[in-house]
Amino acid sequence: MSLTDILMQQLVNGLVLGSFYALVALGYTMIFGVIKLLNFAHGDVYMVGGFVGFGVLSAVGGTLGADWGGIAVAMFLSMIAMGCLGVVIERVAYHPMLAAPRLSILITALAVSLVLQNSVLTLTDGQITAFRTDLGFGGLEIGHVFITYNQMVLVGTAALLMIALETFVSRTQYGRAMRAVSIDKDMCRLMGIDVAKVIAITFFIGSALAAAAGTMAGAYYGSIWYFMGFLIGLKAFTAAVIGGIGSIPGAMAGGLILGLLEAFGTQIPGIGSEWKDVFSFSILILVLVFKPTGLFGKSETERM
Amino acid sequence: MLLKLSDVQLRFAGNTVLHDVNFGVAESALTSLIGPNGAGKTSLFNCITGFYKPQGGSVVFDGHELLRLKPHRVTKLGIARTFQNLRLFREMTVLENVMAGMHCRTHAGAFAAVFRTPGQRREEAEIRAEAEDCLRFVGILDEKDRIATTLAYGHQRRVEIARALATRPKLMLLDEPAAGLNSGEKDELIGLIRRIRDERGVAVLLIEHDMGLVMKVSERITVLDHGRLIAEGTADEVRRDPKVIEAYLGQEEGEAAL
Repeated sequence: MSLTDILMQQLVNGLVLGSFYALVALGYTMIFGVIKLLNFAHGDVYMVGGFVGFGVLSAVGGTLGADWGGIAVAMFLSMIAMGCLGVVIERVAYHPMLAAPRLSILITALAVSLVLQNSVLTLTDGQITAFRTDLGFGGLEIGHVFITYNQMVLVGTAALLMIALETFVSRTQYGRAMRAVSIDKDMCRLMGIDVAKVIAITFFIGSALAAAAGTMAGAYYGSIWYFMGFLIGLKAFTAAVIGGIGSIPGAMAGGLILGLLEAFGTQIPGIGSEWKDVFSFSILILVLVFKPTGLFGKSETERM
Repeated sequence: MLLKLSDVQLRFAGNTVLHDVNFGVAESALTSLIGPNGAGKTSLFNCITGFYKPQGGSVVFDGHELLRLKPHRVTKLGIARTFQNLRLFREMTVLENVMAGMHCRTHAGAFAAVFRTPGQRREEAEIRAEAEDCLRFVGILDEKDRIATTLAYGHQRRVEIARALATRPKLMLLDEPAAGLNSGEKDELIGLIRRIRDERGVAVLLIEHDMGLVMKVSERITVLDHGRLIAEGTADEVRRDPKVIEAYLGQEEGEAAL
């Protein structure tokens, strides 16, 4: 394989990884937008979404088959379940804390993260669960680059979800309300916008996207476990910061950029794949130091 | 009476901001609320729109008691408001700002929006048309696709008014709409306020420090001082009222020039 082939292959790998990061980062950034909270439990919603998707697939796999058709059903039901879980988390844990100092709600988010992780830990005894599917290993060979059908379906699904989200946010009243709430809540109330409802919808959509990523990641990598949300939560946070936290296009771009950087980073001599997390978080630090507002973020200017 | 305040009392940590305020706004009336700084004018607006919860009294609008209602319910009943300092949704276009104002008049639910049902698409088109109509009414339709905060200051004020109009109010509360406008813009504002009433049938309640503007535009004027209502009447009556003159004595020249 020539260097170009290697780079092309890493491009494909990076896109797959980046799709997962982007889907999770979107929830991070949307939730930050409406209530200015870094929802550290978001990675765990992704993890629980993977387990629910697995549960549904085990139940329907016999009749529908455990290939992409069955996985689509599992993903859809998991998205709805996690959307509801997200709304419940917001209502029970975050809503009473909205008027409290910012640090309190941040600690609440860590608590929610621990509750979700430990619940699944108890249920699974901390074992890695095999996510069995009937997905084949077929694919297309373009030059020396091999792209599996699974990778295509996965990237395609992520792209569809993101297009749907973008349409929702820019072309519907609730989408506009979501952006308006992230700018000025009191003004929204005066416009007759039910702010609590908009926040609930945001949690629903953000958590549903994480569930989609969790189910697809489980099916793609073939295993799930209670701690799988931790690292991707941090990576998604990094992606959201790269794109500019609070910005929806920023989270999409940030996720893809981080995925690609990681994939290419593993090809740099001396940086093997074992160094890829160090590589990612170094990028986080560099962005925070040199461009804290991220690619799409706006700097806040206080007018006197 | 479209809006009727009875014995409204508001206290903050022992300080009484409003003492038993009684006053009303008639259907399609142009009323002004004036008074020296700190008289409680903006607090009164906040009581009406549901941001402050008064300790006593009642605020009845169009047959509904407002005191227990959340702000978004008050808006839905037909009260719109603008602020002293501009509070446009930054980063959104002028048209999007006005469309956001129509939120309470839309019916398509969040799920219809997620799945973009035909009903939702039709409603979206209607909202766009009505928002453009509001922008045409205030005279800045040609700037609809610009980011709101990049407009000239006077035009941003008009976006606020268009956005308030988009909520389809019966009563509009304008908090110092002339602040920061030059004299030409103030004349245009007077014309606009009159058209809001004459062409749209919306009652207007105005807080304003520019007495020239207040005297020109108001049919009735209510004067508030230290949280108490001290006078009410036409421009001429208020101008001659000894209590009003006393309240304004020692005030800045612009405000004292009654």
